[in-house]
Amino acid sequence: MDVPALLTSDDLVALALTAKLAITVTLILMVLGVPCAWWLARTRCRWKGGIEALIALPLFLPPSVLGFYLLLSMGPHGPIGHLTQWLGMGYLPFTFGGLVVTSIIYSLPFVVQPLQSTFKGINPRLIEAAATLGASPWDAFVTIVLPLSRSGLMTAAVLGFAHTVGEFGIVLMIGGNIPGQTRMASVQIYDHVEAMEYVHAHWLSGIMLLFSFLVLLALYTLNADRRDLWGRS
Amino acid sequence: MANRSVIRVDLTRDFDTFRLKLDLTLPGQGVSILFGSSGCGKTTLLRGIAGLDPEMRGLVSVNGEVWLDTRLSYRLPTCRRAIGFVFQDAALFPHLRVRENLAYGMQRAAGRQEGPGFKHVLELLDLEPLLERFPEKLSGGEMQRVGIARALLSQPKLLLMDEPLASLDATIKREFLPYLERLHQELQIPVIYVTHAPDEVLRLADFVALLDQGGLIASGSLEEMLPVLAMKPGFGDGAGTVVPARIEAHYPKDGVSELRFRGGRLWVPLLSMSEGAHVRCRIFPSDVSLSVQSPVLSSVLNVLPVTVDSVSEVEDSARVIVRLNLNGTVLLASVTRKSSRELDLRPGQALYAQIKATTLAK
Repeated sequence: MDVPALLTSDDLVALALTAKLAITVTLILMVLGVPCAWWLARTRCRWKGGIEALIALPLFLPPSVLGFYLLLSMGPHGPIGHLTQWLGMGYLPFTFGGLVVTSIIYSLPFVVQPLQSTFKGINPRLIEAAATLGASPWDAFVTIVLPLSRSGLMTAAVLGFAHTVGEFGIVLMIGGNIPGQTRMASVQIYDHVEAMEYVHAHWLSGIMLLFSFLVLLALYTLNADRRDLWGRS
Repeated sequence: MANRSVIRVDLTRDFDTFRLKLDLTLPGQGVSILFGSSGCGKTTLLRGIAGLDPEMRGLVSVNGEVWLDTRLSYRLPTCRRAIGFVFQDAALFPHLRVRENLAYGMQRAAGRQEGPGFKHVLELLDLEPLLERFPEKLSGGEMQRVGIARALLSQPKLLLMDEPLASLDATIKREFLPYLERLHQELQIPVIYVTHAPDEVLRLADFVALLDQGGLIASGSLEEMLPVLAMKPGFGDGAGTVVPARIEAHYPKDGVSELRFRGGRLWVPLLSMSEGAHVRCRIFPSDVSLSVQSPVLSSVLNVLPVTVDSVSEVEDSARVIVRLNLNGTVLLASVTRKSSRELDLRPGQALYAQIKATTLAK
């Protein structure tokens, strides 16, 4: 092997694993985030503030603090650890499953907050109008709320995806650095830099940079199209 | 309690600074208007009837069907009440074309009573040219027409309208009222209509409920309620009598039409409707003058014998409102306090009322 490959096979494995994690997490986040944000946007429950604060915590905490507590609670002496053991799943730290759970908690505010503000922006008259026209709450949600929230849904999914791809500290703490299982692209770049393999680091970083830019470009372009479609931002 | 062909509404709702509490029975057909100044609770009441306010307590029954009875913890959800609701801002779905907005209620109305058909409603409200547009490409008046059509096409047993003209400017309003009058004449669905505009009361109402500060002041047919409304500051001289009449004959040479009503005969400027058609004539109190004897020679065409029902002074005004009985039809006249004293107006007195033909309007 005279000419070093631009990407090592480890790099490709890390990229594939990163994509797999981000897609899994984004799908779960959308399923959890949409009802959660809808409830927060409409409720007058007195626990609302507390729940919002809890969801927003990962925005403020250093990933190492969050990682530390998650590591403890997922471990053999923690409540999540007890639960997963009882369910016969073993312990979550240093597994792909552990990374999925961690990423969901870590990226939740990036999905819930844009969705919540989108849902809040929908004229409540429209939902009432749907009800007077015979639509059940679920029917109105699917036929009125979701289509009117298209841009918010897209923003939430992209932010959740991008944030999961970009994780580093918490991935290192919970997942460790097991090739093919928990070694994500961000950690792989770190390893390359540590080993002075700048060419590999360049290529992998460049791919991440290009990918991020293209995703954001697509998001802004599509949202601009939508504004033209029916005049709302 | 669950009487046929009446709408019974007995509702209570507490707000921080305001309490809505009223017990109202409305006729099960025709247009009933909830009238009052803004903040009197009329919109809250309408939302209660629609089931849009989860904290509303009491009873709602519509033509024998109970929709709300909180004593029995019964609450029919809005989506299962056979209503059409016309919102002040039309509330059209912005992501759907006009055609899809109209279809939204139709698709979900399966199994409800037979109502006006799609073609009929389109014609009535002139919507054919708008079908493929998105709501943002519509004017205020067009949006409101679509809103009404959408409500009608969901085959409602009751149509609720929340100040549908309030957001329109005066010109559009004038163009729009005839559409509502057409609906009134052609459709059998009972309507509850909220407004604070005297004009709309006079042109559309069969029945009026007057609300103030969350309570009911009075209710009754338009004819019964006009004297009450005329006393209300703000309704002012805009109030008048609405006399239902039938076109008897046209005299194109003289440029007049002859109308028959319960109290006799009226001459009005030539009308375009065919003979036999029913019209509602509006007579302003200030256009009615009174005299003790029948004027021998007068340029005024309409001179009718009347008896005085009541004489009421209007607050902060030099005028009095005289309620006249014209063989069962009520007529209002506004005269100065001075004239009232000089004519010595008192209940039971027989007089002649002169009405200028030109002030009669459909």
